[in-house]
Amino acid sequence: MARGMALREVAIFCLALSLFLGLSTAAAKEAAPASADPVLEARMLKIAAELRCLVCQNQTIADSHADLAIDLRQQVRELLQKGMSDQQISDYMTARYGDFVLYRPPFKSSTVLLWVGPGLMLVGGLLVLVLVLRRRSRLPDDQFDAEEPPPP
Amino acid sequence: MKYLRFLLPLFIFLGLVGFLFQGLFLDPKEVPSPLINKPAPAFTLEQLEKPGTTIRREDMLGQVWLLNVFASWCAACREEHPLLVEFARMKMLPIYGLNYKDERAAGMKWLATFGNPYTASLYDRDGRVGIDFGVYGVPESFLIDAKGVIRYKQIGPFTPEAIQNKLIPLVLQLKKEQGNG
Repeated sequence: MARGMALREVAIFCLALSLFLGLSTAAAKEAAPASADPVLEARMLKIAAELRCLVCQNQTIADSHADLAIDLRQQVRELLQKGMSDQQISDYMTARYGDFVLYRPPFKSSTVLLWVGPGLMLVGGLLVLVLVLRRRSRLPDDQFDAEEPPPP
Repeated sequence: MKYLRFLLPLFIFLGLVGFLFQGLFLDPKEVPSPLINKPAPAFTLEQLEKPGTTIRREDMLGQVWLLNVFASWCAACREEHPLLVEFARMKMLPIYGLNYKDERAAGMKWLATFGNPYTASLYDRDGRVGIDFGVYGVPESFLIDAKGVIRYKQIGPFTPEAIQNKLIPLVLQLKKEQGNG
């Protein structure tokens, strides 16, 4: 009896697992390329992966299912067909949506702290560390607590 | 000098608190538009109510006007709409609608139901003019001066305070500029 229960549970588990896998592959199939030209599509996705979707701000335009992201992907496709370069397309987007649309913000006076800040903090931290260690190495031994009693 | 060692971490901490405190009042949904003080993008669009009749950017030059982006599917627009209807009654300036990514019939029905504050509505079926204006959420509004330059953008619905404290003073100022220039 106990054995039968276990078998049934395993069966249910397998069923659930297969359903789950089936669903996830179905979801993956959803994003079919909308353009016949795979080269163009690849370039579009590369550019779209660098652009922030302003509706769902933590997603790129390549990832997002928002209406605006779909429109902007289409826009990028058309701009590519017109022969615009990646840089021109990124300029086109910034002219409309501002630097915020770029996942890599440009280096300029308003973003200096953003770009340089982490480096400054690292250098500052290292400087403090070096100063503290130097000062310590100059201290006589009796300034430190003994970790273990001296050998008799 | 001796105190500095103890005060320095406190100052760093206070600086951090300052940054974080300011962050509390920033709205990440409000992305400043790069189009402020730039000429409004060119457009040629059919009117919502009169298919076949188009309005171009050039037609609007010489007057201060408000462009309000709306759609029948947009819930926040419904919230904002009575305010616009009321504001239009003041007849301070022409308000034009931009019916964004909407069905023509749905847009017209919406205006018939909730009132029409617009001098005319532009019909942007595929949202391309919306992209040129950097629209990323509806409703949005653009205040455009007599030279066709965007002077103010309202992101999200107007509130009574925004109309009273921002829009009206700015409209008066732009009209004065127009008189002088």
